[in-house]
Amino acid sequence: MHDLNTKTAPLNNPFATTRHKAKRTEFLFAQGLRLSTYFVLACAFYIFGDICIKGAPVVFQADFPFINTDFFTKSPETLVVYETVDGEQHQLGFKEFTAFKEANPEVQIVKEHTHSYSAGGILGPLVGTALLTLICIVVALFVGLAAAVYLNEYSGKGRFMDTVRLAILNLAGVPSIVFGLFGLGLFCLFFPVIVSEDQVRTKLAFQLFGSNEYLAFQGWGTSMLAGGLTLAVMILPVIITACEESLKAIPQGFREASLALGATKWQSIRTAVLPYAFPGMLTASILGITRVAGETAPIMFTAALAHKDKLPWQDLGGGNVIFKFLSQSVQAMPYHIYTVAARIPQSEYTKPMQYGSVFVFMVLVMILAALSVYLRIHYRSKLKW
Amino acid sequence: MSDTKMDTQLPKSEKKPESQAVEPTGDIVIDVDDVSFAYDGKKEVIRNVSMGIRCNEVTAFIGPSGCGKTTLLRCLNRMNDLIPTAAITNGEIRILDTNIYDPAVDVIELRKHVGMVFQKYNPFPKSIYENVAYGLRIQGVRNKATLDQAVEESLIAAGLWSEVKDRLDASGLGLSGGQQQRLCIARTIAVQPKIILMDEPCSALDPISTTKIEDLITQLKTHFTIVIVTHNMQQATRVSDKTAFFYLGELIEIDETTKVFSNPSKKQTEDYISGRFG
Repeated sequence: MHDLNTKTAPLNNPFATTRHKAKRTEFLFAQGLRLSTYFVLACAFYIFGDICIKGAPVVFQADFPFINTDFFTKSPETLVVYETVDGEQHQLGFKEFTAFKEANPEVQIVKEHTHSYSAGGILGPLVGTALLTLICIVVALFVGLAAAVYLNEYSGKGRFMDTVRLAILNLAGVPSIVFGLFGLGLFCLFFPVIVSEDQVRTKLAFQLFGSNEYLAFQGWGTSMLAGGLTLAVMILPVIITACEESLKAIPQGFREASLALGATKWQSIRTAVLPYAFPGMLTASILGITRVAGETAPIMFTAALAHKDKLPWQDLGGGNVIFKFLSQSVQAMPYHIYTVAARIPQSEYTKPMQYGSVFVFMVLVMILAALSVYLRIHYRSKLKW
Repeated sequence: MSDTKMDTQLPKSEKKPESQAVEPTGDIVIDVDDVSFAYDGKKEVIRNVSMGIRCNEVTAFIGPSGCGKTTLLRCLNRMNDLIPTAAITNGEIRILDTNIYDPAVDVIELRKHVGMVFQKYNPFPKSIYENVAYGLRIQGVRNKATLDQAVEESLIAAGLWSEVKDRLDASGLGLSGGQQQRLCIARTIAVQPKIILMDEPCSALDPISTTKIEDLITQLKTHFTIVIVTHNMQQATRVSDKTAFFYLGELIEIDETTKVFSNPSKKQTEDYISGRFG
């Protein structure tokens, strides 16, 4: 028996360490790899921790109902900080402040500061983002599913189909700002609308038969629909790939069994393939949504508005309500965060809005991601073959 | 296997005016005439095969792997159409005196007459009932009573009724392997084909389930013409009336099963069945 740690190892030890340099390198590399891995963890912890610590107090409160309901039921507002003669400092939202001044004309206000976007809540941006992602997912799922079914079930092989696949891959690599500009050019500035003669702003307009309305290629303007469609185009490659993977996971036996029973190709796809591929498509699509919901660049030219008093469904007036609803701009979470973080003068009063918005948005995205994971596990256990 | 006694009752034949000419037993229903087939248009995996398959008989295709027996089977209901480049390069296959590769033949109608049972049992992840009703549903049958009757009769014919009649709404995937394969057979029977093609239906099953399927095949042949591909030569002797031996894409010999296995006319057949290769 020898003590392994003694420096005076027996001469006949066949396993004595000789290659000190190699061992040192081994140690350095192992620790280096370990540190790099932990670095990821540190980044994640720092981001989540910082946002949670500074954002959670904005959203939660100590007394009932424990959630700051104003933050979810009001839209962003200007904060007025004023001092009365007795030296007391007060904070009010701009609307409340105006009402307060009118109601109490006797109160003398000494100092008055305004901080834009620092009062109110994030209802407007939340609603806008929800609507944008809804339009996006409806359009993207429809087109993406169709494309995936065609690619996986109908199309043959060949150079043309290779080109199509390459195009889909390339689409995934296009920077989001380019999608934004594409959406601006196509949807906001070019797509046709039906308008009366005095609203025609382009030479590319055609009078519709038997009416004084024109089909004018002058675009939809910045609108919810344009933004949703831009996001849809952007997410298409992800959806197509996800749908195709789900279709590929369906055993060929289902298709063959169905065809052998005298089904047409579409019948076999509809009854023996799609129902079992759908859960996979759905979960992958939800993950896609979480990504698209956070995109700023595609919507900043096409749909988003920094500030808007009304919610999308308020004050639509008469006429074509659906068109009016879809053709208005909306606030959106990512653009709102960009605005409050980078485009307004900073002060200690803007911090709660900044961190609160980011915190809520992050939690929402995490919930969606968790939902997608849950659904996947749920359906995996249900549909086994 | 005392419980393998099965009622072979057939779904009541519905009116099918165009194909009502019942073939008397022994008539040739599948006429393979000098057929060659290639998956890529060039390399023929079946070469100049000619054979007649007779009504209400069980014909077994045997031969070593890669000899073309499954390929020929899948030609009989044009399942090979799924492979874009695959095509018959020579000859024709006539089923009920019609060349099934004729442009006027609707492959959907063909497959209603020529059903198929696959090597790996593949019930849909639906209930037992829906699995059997599937073929009728895609043909547009909506009447609940008709479906109920067809499902019951098909399950009875497949010898599965007594085992599943209390749980028709349970998933077909919850059954044992042998039951799943019989469910697939019931599903095939439900659309009332004339011919049933079976592609190694027992290769994924245990011996007891295999016996049940074999008994079932013997009973089904009173109503159907059955073509079965098998790797198992004992199975061929047990279930088939005729045996066709394939080797390297060619039909070496087809004859009465008893004759092929006791007194084959070709040396290759003898070598194969005596286990000298394959």
